[in-house]
Amino acid sequence: MAKHKIFAFRRENGRVGVRNHVIILPVDDISNAACEAVASHIKGTLALPHAYGRLQFGEDLDLFFRTMIGTGSNPNVAAVVVIGIEAGWTQRIVDGIAKTGKPVAGFSIEGKGDIRTIAEASYKAKEFVQWAAELQRTECDLSELYISVKCGESDTTTGLASCPTVGNVLDKHCAAGGIASFGETTELTGAEHIVAAKAANEAVRKEFMAAFDDYTKLVFSQKKDDLSESQPTKGNIAGGLTTIEEKAFGNVEKLGKRTKFVGCLQPAAAPTGAGMWFMDTSSAAAEAVTLWAASGAVVHLFPTGQGNIIGNPIEPVIKLSGNPKTVATMKEHIDLDVSPILQGEMTLDQAGDALIELIARTANGRLTSAEALGHREYVLTKLYRSA
Amino acid sequence: MIQFLVHDAVDDVGVAVVDIDAGSDCSGRNLTTNESLKAKTIEKIPLGHKFALRDFAVGDSVTKYGSVIGRVVQPIKAGQHVHVHNVKTKRWA
Repeated sequence: MAKHKIFAFRRENGRVGVRNHVIILPVDDISNAACEAVASHIKGTLALPHAYGRLQFGEDLDLFFRTMIGTGSNPNVAAVVVIGIEAGWTQRIVDGIAKTGKPVAGFSIEGKGDIRTIAEASYKAKEFVQWAAELQRTECDLSELYISVKCGESDTTTGLASCPTVGNVLDKHCAAGGIASFGETTELTGAEHIVAAKAANEAVRKEFMAAFDDYTKLVFSQKKDDLSESQPTKGNIAGGLTTIEEKAFGNVEKLGKRTKFVGCLQPAAAPTGAGMWFMDTSSAAAEAVTLWAASGAVVHLFPTGQGNIIGNPIEPVIKLSGNPKTVATMKEHIDLDVSPILQGEMTLDQAGDALIELIARTANGRLTSAEALGHREYVLTKLYRSA
Repeated sequence: MIQFLVHDAVDDVGVAVVDIDAGSDCSGRNLTTNESLKAKTIEKIPLGHKFALRDFAVGDSVTKYGSVIGRVVQPIKAGQHVHVHNVKTKRWA
């Protein structure tokens, strides 16, 4: 792929972002109210309320901190105000985000109350948002973007058109030196051997199979039936998908024809180099995209068949569909129509190039449908019950 | 106008890319070989749904993408709708 210039934000650590958010990040569920008050007071800031952050422990707590620090560290974020109930975990998140070199400040509520905390945090948020508003986009290359991919409310058109279009883009993006990530561990069931064969080496293949086997064990330990109403979903079934195996073969079309994956990532962990990476994620859209945003992904490609409407607060989600009915009935949600592929009126290569053009426009500032419609699903992945 | 697509040369189901009426003579294309195909439906097949390209007996495997996608639990005739009522997963059963 030829160099594709975009205008984006180069952050203090050299990473390229396509949005310029100032976020108000709660450490815990009980600090959501203060964060939302600050964001409603200081225009141009964005609160990210969530449900957790108290009494988590072990691997689940590690994932929580990775998600919080990763969200604040994402190159689409210019500056961060962190608010927590107490000072210790608040400071831990502030320190983690500060490693990127971006402005970040923490506030804690105990001993002060919501109202004084909101006032102090609002002064800082105002300073940050005015500073960020003057940052300029500079010329960058599209290959500097970290792109995540995941499909949702899939149907058989996903495997015929929208997923192979994403695969075409990943082949071109990774060949140009870009970073990409895929996941949806359970949704690879039936096609796991195809994914395993795409591992760059034996160590990566083994690590992928270990993550896959581990998730499969969880499904078998908790399931009460054949998951025939959860995976495939009711929407998948309405769209003609019959089994998890069939869904998986359509899903893996996103991985392209030529690209090997270079490593496996824990949920919300950042890739350490160029190329395609597997991340061990849930297949639920909002949970998975939140994990990729926390790992630093700046643009998400989302093929849909029946019309999943998901967005993310900090990572623009570009939707494409190959189902002509969905494109007609849910047109406000679909950024790219690839349904002409079904009649042979558009090749995968043409569809891939159209999607790359749309990624460039999105990177330059075009709002995605999900952004324009206000979809800001921020959903933490929880591994098990809190203490 | 194409009514159905088949992913792989060895597949035994086609995917409707338009809504197809029962008893329709359909034109299709194989995406791997680019070969033109003909088939006749004996049931209504909604866009995105699959129909059988051969007769299946209970216990047979169904092949799509050149790979097994499930097991047959009710007999299926060529041209009939193939879905959750007659095919189940082999993985999470």
